[in-house]
Amino acid sequence: MSTPILELRNVNKSFGPIDVLNDISLKVDAGEVLCLLGDNGAGKSTLIKTLAGVYKPTTGEVLMDGKPVDFHGPRDAQQMGISTVHQFGGTFPLMSIGRSFFIGAEPTKGFWPFKIYDRRKANEIAVKAVQEFGITRIDDGDRLIGGLSGGERQSLAIARAVHFGARVLILDEPTAALGVKQASHVLRIVLEAKKRGIAVIFITHQVTHAMAVGDHFAVLIRGAVAANFRKGEKTREEITDLMAGGEALANLGAEVESYMAAHEGHPPPVTPN
Amino acid sequence: MKNLSLGDLIRRPESGAFLGLAFVLIFFVVFGSVEFLKPAGAASWLNVAANLGIIAFPVGLLMISGELDISIGAMIPAGALTVAIITGTYDMPIWVGILGALSLGLVVGLINGFLVIRTAVPSLIVTLGTLFAVQGLILGFSVLWTGTTSVALSPAESGVIAKSIFGSFVGGSFQVTIFWWIALTALYIFYVHFSPFGNWIFAMGGDRVSARNAGIPTDKLTVTLFVLSSVSAAFVGMCQAILFNVAQVSAGMTFIFNSIIAVVVGGVLLTGGFGSIVGIFLGTITFAIVNQGIYFTTFDRNWSSLIIGVMLLLAVLMNNTFRIMALTYSPKKK
Ligand SMILES: Nc1ncnc2c1ncn2[C@@H]1O[C@H](COP(=O)(O)OP(=O)(O)OP(=O)(O)O)[C@@H](O)[C@H]1O
Ligand SMILES: [Mg+2]
Repeated sequence: MSTPILELRNVNKSFGPIDVLNDISLKVDAGEVLCLLGDNGAGKSTLIKTLAGVYKPTTGEVLMDGKPVDFHGPRDAQQMGISTVHQFGGTFPLMSIGRSFFIGAEPTKGFWPFKIYDRRKANEIAVKAVQEFGITRIDDGDRLIGGLSGGERQSLAIARAVHFGARVLILDEPTAALGVKQASHVLRIVLEAKKRGIAVIFITHQVTHAMAVGDHFAVLIRGAVAANFRKGEKTREEITDLMAGGEALANLGAEVESYMAAHEGHPPPVTPN
Repeated sequence: MKNLSLGDLIRRPESGAFLGLAFVLIFFVVFGSVEFLKPAGAASWLNVAANLGIIAFPVGLLMISGELDISIGAMIPAGALTVAIITGTYDMPIWVGILGALSLGLVVGLINGFLVIRTAVPSLIVTLGTLFAVQGLILGFSVLWTGTTSVALSPAESGVIAKSIFGSFVGGSFQVTIFWWIALTALYIFYVHFSPFGNWIFAMGGDRVSARNAGIPTDKLTVTLFVLSSVSAAFVGMCQAILFNVAQVSAGMTFIFNSIIAVVVGGVLLTGGFGSIVGIFLGTITFAIVNQGIYFTTFDRNWSSLIIGVMLLLAVLMNNTFRIMALTYSPKKK
């Protein structure tokens, strides 16, 4: 078997007295989609932040291509080809689309110390990248981010990560703010990246999305890996239960549906108890 | 190159500053005379603008990045006294004095910067602390070493070269700092608006966490900006000491408010993330004209504070409007 692109070995992370990650060991191979699942506060975002160079593990190590790496900041991770869309933020309301897209990696022309930011090129690439997301309303890279809708911003952030994600693409709940068309485009992008041999780490709360793209699933419960399995090893119901922190919720949908079918389409009454 | 329409222009951060400048120009021509636009009159406000402007640029960049630096109020006299004590009192070469003044700026800037990034204390408080600390320091040492709070630096001690580069009048009444200011304006315009460096400052002011996550060295950048403002303030103080042949402990406090006013009138958003060098440049000139233009009218000098106050409020309101217009802008074509 080939060495995984990215591997976590016995990673712990605590913020002062709060232990957030507990002895995490995970691997992701090139051309593979790892779905990271778990309830709110399970530690998913914290986990990917240690991969993106935002946090350093308290103990344990991160390996890239089998060699231990020590990221001193997000820039280090980026330079090694790890590109991340974080759950919040990622764009700058008062900056133009082009500038925001290339932040930290601005295209330039000319020579040092007179390197000029290449606005035209930045705008062109940024607009093209967002339009590929089906957001054709954006056709001017000089527009400010603050004037875009939440989903448009999210699409821009993802388009940016895809543009720069040379080896590993990390997406933290990328579909949360997106419409059906854009969400399915994200899923398509994930599959495309996978085909190009990029390793993708995908966080989502939606079972459908996870099932659609995942090759490999890891479920976090209170900061520990509660389950780690490959596609086809568990049913949709089992996955749903695991994602909810082990509670049996999988049949909820079916229950509601059968109730509605039996009661002329009315949902069941909410009974406080 | 894209054609600029009126609509594009009005959304730029400096459009408010431009209107403000036009307003005060008309005001002083109507109520005063055109004298203040002629060379003799222009020198009076250009001198004020140059000294203020050199400091207003880094103060404005700090504000764009979401920080404040009020310690400049102490760094101006600190720069002046350092060069005066080293060269005037201890008779060391003027270049040692100049280097000493700028190094002090570097050190205080580093202290400000590191305190801001290492602690969660807002920069207003940090620099309020260094403002008083530096003031106490220079007061204490100048009394200790020279026995006075007003230290002389004779033209002979400065020497012809340093005097003409840093502290002389060109054409009778124009301070040589005007040329420094104009050269710095060009330099800042290039680095802030045409190089990637400027992008990072705006991003940092817009969303510091996202900027860091995007790989921008936010800590380094913050420290750099604090160093820039302290060194600029020390530079202005040093130039004034060489120009007027004397350094005083008290000079400088007015620069704190004046620089903030110039920057805000120049269209920089107090909350960060938005602004421009041209705007700060225009804001500085506007401030200087109001500050000096009053002498060309029959009004009492005290009224200039009222004008500045009203102008500042109008500027803040206008900036808000322009920002909203900038945000809601979308291309006209379908
Ligand atoms: N910087 C921090 N300092 C202290 N505690 C933190 C910090 N960041 C996260 N935590 C804690 O760690 C836990 C996991 O947070 P994390 O953001 O990783 O959850 P998550 O799995 O991404 O949840 P969600 O699905 O809601 O996004 C939470 O209880 C949170 O309070
Ligand atoms: Mg999260």
